Amino acid sequence: MTSTASRPDTGARTPLPLDVEAIRADFPILSRTVRDGKRLVYLDSGATSQKPRQVLDAERWFYENVNAAPHRGAHQLAEEATGAYEEARAKIGAFIGAPENEVVFTRNTTEAINLVAYALSNAATAKEPEFRTYAVGQGDEIVVTEMEHHADLVPWQQLCERTGATLRWLGLTDDGRLDLSDLATVVNERTKLVAVTQQSNILGTINPIAPIVERAHEVGALVLVDGAQSVPHQPVDVTELGADFLVFSGHKMLGPTGVGVLWGRYEVLDKLPPFLTGGSMIEVVRMEGSTFMPPPQRFEAGVPMTAQVVGLGAAVDYLQRLGMEKVEEHERALTAYALEQIAAIPGVTVIGPPDTVARGGAVSFTVEGIHPHDVGQVLDDLGIAVRVGHHCAWPVVRRYGVPATTRATFYVHTGYDDVDALADGIRAAQKFFGTV
Amino acid sequence: MQLESMYQEIILDHYKNPHGRGLRDPFDAEVHHVNPTCGDEVTLRVKLDGDTVADVSYEGMGCSISQASVSAMYDLVVGKPVAEALETGEHFMTLMQAKGDPAVAEKLEDELEDAVAFAGVSKYPARIKCALMSWMALKDASARALSTTVSATHPTTPAGGQ
Repeated sequence: MTSTASRPDTGARTPLPLDVEAIRADFPILSRTVRDGKRLVYLDSGATSQKPRQVLDAERWFYENVNAAPHRGAHQLAEEATGAYEEARAKIGAFIGAPENEVVFTRNTTEAINLVAYALSNAATAKEPEFRTYAVGQGDEIVVTEMEHHADLVPWQQLCERTGATLRWLGLTDDGRLDLSDLATVVNERTKLVAVTQQSNILGTINPIAPIVERAHEVGALVLVDGAQSVPHQPVDVTELGADFLVFSGHKMLGPTGVGVLWGRYEVLDKLPPFLTGGSMIEVVRMEGSTFMPPPQRFEAGVPMTAQVVGLGAAVDYLQRLGMEKVEEHERALTAYALEQIAAIPGVTVIGPPDTVARGGAVSFTVEGIHPHDVGQVLDDLGIAVRVGHHCAWPVVRRYGVPATTRATFYVHTGYDDVDALADGIRAAQKFFGTV
Repeated sequence: MQLESMYQEIILDHYKNPHGRGLRDPFDAEVHHVNPTCGDEVTLRVKLDGDTVADVSYEGMGCSISQASVSAMYDLVVGKPVAEALETGEHFMTLMQAKGDPAVAEKLEDELEDAVAFAGVSKYPARIKCALMSWMALKDASARALSTTVSATHPTTPAGGQ
């Protein structure tokens, strides 16, 4: 399948801030081929990122040299494993401008959000009075947005069902932005928590967090920011953010699967009851009952994902060596180019902000007359990996009146050649299905 | 280029000109099935005449594979006894589990007619659900129709498999 259609030449290919060729050499998987010898064009980092050798080496180093259960045992390996685990915690905290005692390791973003949601319902029945500080119950309200990933929506729906609280949400504008016109009424004195994504996984929109935090704190509500799509792609500093919680996943930022982060302001974490209980998180255990460790250990029951945490530490090192400002600029240049190339194809509609103002590198689109699954299949045949479907944000696709979209996402190894391959692939799909 | 093995001409024809599309009255059972991984949906009605499938009518949105599959299924099952229609569904399931093995497709050619063209889909695990959605909906709707119609004095247990 070849495409002879020429692409618009408007000189949008500004030099990329990152050395794509050098970076690609760090990612072993990018040297494999797919579908009969085609170069892998990986445009699905928004689902999960590929891993550089440095991250893989760090995990292997841990298992080959210091493997032991951290925070238990007095042998040398246990000491060294604990050291590696806690060093990584400090490093990952520093990456978001947070002290290490505010960094809780979870399985992923989803579990981090569930941790907070369950802590808020567990609070109602906690025997320790200070753990009841943030209890959610009948008459209370939880606020989300229509832009949330299911992971930042369903746990709050469930919290409301468990406690009798009411779920409210901020809607979206036609151009893919949060509609904050009713912020002052939706977030009110009944609001206990506002959960909002910093960067939409489907629209690419970067949301203004400051006015939401300002309004929420005015009425005494907590703010949780879903950073699953922001922390890997732009500099994020929790002090600047001003929220109470920030959650993100390691596997979307060059790190291993199985490790995510809940950052919480210490004074808030300190007043939350545990979610999962068991070993590691206890202070004293008697048959009659137990007391718990201070944060972050209170929220880390059981032997943790130590090697993965060490791997995430290496991922943070890698990203910091590149520089998060550069990563952000790199993706902005690619996004500008992709928006121009893709929108120029007749029949293609971009779902989300049409330019790079307050916008990240998730580019979702529809192709007239071709279902996203079929677009994805043609792209796959050409070696191009994209995401198709509702992207775990069903209300968003519904809001924009499409059953699903095709989504391309970029990262540090993405170059203009990948975007060109995508645009050519879309034209190939149109040709194959005879829509042009 | 593997694409043509999945998107056989017959599949594209059914997709572009679906047979039996639209929801019709009367009906004995209506079901709504979704593929939660991609959001594809089908609403499907079954009208029985005794033990025979008198009509299958449907509305849905989804990819070419899911839409062509329901169209090909319509051709295969309308006018057949329910038990036979469900058996055809089992054959289609077998085809979907064949991982592209041409021998399986060849063996099922008589039973599956046009639907044997979906053999290429079985090489793509992510798309098998697309092809199966309407057959699952038919199985569900038939079971409901049989349990609600007076004629169902000998309700047929749908042949096994999920």
